[in-house]
Amino acid sequence: MTAALAIDNLRISIGAANVLRGVSLEVEAGEVRGLVGESGAGKSMLGRAVLGLLPANAAIMSGHIAFEGRDLLQMREAERRKLLGRRIALIPQDPMTSLNPVKRIGAQIGNLLRHHLKLSKRAALQRATELLTEVAIREPQRVLSLYPHEISGGMRQRVLIAMAFACDPALVIADEPTTALDVTVQRQVLQLVERLRLRHGSAVLFITHDLGVVAKICRSMTVLHAGRVLEEGDTAEVLAHPRHAYTRALLAATPRADRPAETLRPVPPALIAQLWSEAHRLDLLDTARSA
Amino acid sequence: MSEILLRTANLRFGYPQRRSLFGKAAEREVIKGVDIAVPRGSVLGLVGESGSGKTTLGRLLVRLLKPTSGHIQFDGVEIGELDDAALRPLRARIQMIFQDPQSSLNPRLRLGTTLTRPLSAYGRLRGKQDRRARAAALLSLVGLPVEFADRYPNELSGGQRQRAGIARALALEPDFIVADEIVSGLDVSTQAHILLLLKELRARLGLTMVFISHDLSLVRVLCDDVAILYHGEVVEYGPVARVFASPQHAYTRQLLAAIPLPDVEPGWLDDSPPVVKPQPQGSAA
Repeated sequence: MTAALAIDNLRISIGAANVLRGVSLEVEAGEVRGLVGESGAGKSMLGRAVLGLLPANAAIMSGHIAFEGRDLLQMREAERRKLLGRRIALIPQDPMTSLNPVKRIGAQIGNLLRHHLKLSKRAALQRATELLTEVAIREPQRVLSLYPHEISGGMRQRVLIAMAFACDPALVIADEPTTALDVTVQRQVLQLVERLRLRHGSAVLFITHDLGVVAKICRSMTVLHAGRVLEEGDTAEVLAHPRHAYTRALLAATPRADRPAETLRPVPPALIAQLWSEAHRLDLLDTARSA
Repeated sequence: MSEILLRTANLRFGYPQRRSLFGKAAEREVIKGVDIAVPRGSVLGLVGESGSGKTTLGRLLVRLLKPTSGHIQFDGVEIGELDDAALRPLRARIQMIFQDPQSSLNPRLRLGTTLTRPLSAYGRLRGKQDRRARAAALLSLVGLPVEFADRYPNELSGGQRQRAGIARALALEPDFIVADEIVSGLDVSTQAHILLLLKELRARLGLTMVFISHDLSLVRVLCDDVAILYHGEVVEYGPVARVFASPQHAYTRQLLAAIPLPDVEPGWLDDSPPVVKPQPQGSAA
């Protein structure tokens, strides 16, 4: 079976700085893979590369991004655009800035459906109502007539999830979708993503810094640091028997409500320094090789 | 029984609502009769979700806000009613560390100046030499290199900026500190360092603290007692060990259950417990 997403040896630079240093990862069809890393690891950059939303100053140096077996980087722009939002969708991090503030919710979902699925205005409205019901929004008709600022942050995130799954995508990139939410709302949103991805048969690349979130929703996981994959595997296996020192350090530095305070161990700065110097050494080797 | 440094009794606060032309200004009450007592040298965790009133309560405790009614007693003195002039000597003893050091440190001042400004405001500096020495002492207290005195906030990482925020709060050698969500924006690795720094400073300087957070796991690391705030009221209050071992209130149990622990737990995503949430008042947002 072809993987929903297969990234092979992806290198991305911004100016002289390398952001991704040869990353490979796969998301099987229908699977949820966690992409874990701290700020600066390059995890959001990877998500944006898949979506074709890299900042203008970022350059893809080498590598392949295959979606259902077809390399997105070799595809014509028009062809790629047809996939985005329909076959490949995004759940963004910030529900506050990801909706158009001057358009009603109904118009925003309606536009999406009419554009990608060529639905009539009436059919789009009907479908939008169903979608909101699917994400457990109680009065869908009323919410469709509201502006984003008139609903809560948790509800905005639900609307964005509904939009992401609207066209039965094969792949959803979830970029820290619960980071800004309270824990009780986070749990509901995670439950929702799980339910919808099962119903729509979508694979999910779940980008997060939170090992707890990964443990709950991802079957497999990839640990990223300084644009390099340090460890990957089955989530249960990685969390129970982490092989890389960095993964072990992250776990030890995660405060746990079920354990006494004494068990907390911050990540040793020496480890971080060592990882960065390894990354820079790789850069030098690459430059030497290509020269 | 240790001495209580800070105590509130039936503390209430409401934000004024828009008033009609001749009507009395209505108030939206966000703190609804809070009683807490913080023993000297202890750390109280104040936990709640957005809209619970935890930040408002923190601001009342440091008297950035004036209570609508009720009492705040600091070291035996009633401070709820004091005006700015009367508060001034106390302000040196009560400090706050803010959530976002990016916006709470002046971007145009070198760290050395920012750190020693509270000292000069209280006339506790003796010349340039003293300023440099004090800045260096504060920086090393929070584990930053002394050369950072010449740096600007934007030259620091998030964790370093938060250390600077802590150093500034410590400049006047306060006995009481309110820390409002000071690690929520940080990476896991940095977060643990800052938590342990606070722990160490507390032991070394005998600080009394209120640690505000939405995250119960952080509270477990640092605090002796915890108060769970829900819709402006304390619904659960007690020693950390007791509250974590046997939470009494349904909301506390719900908060604890919602924390995703880094263990695989099949079924965690299945059941959807009905969520008790504070009802937003006024706007739907």
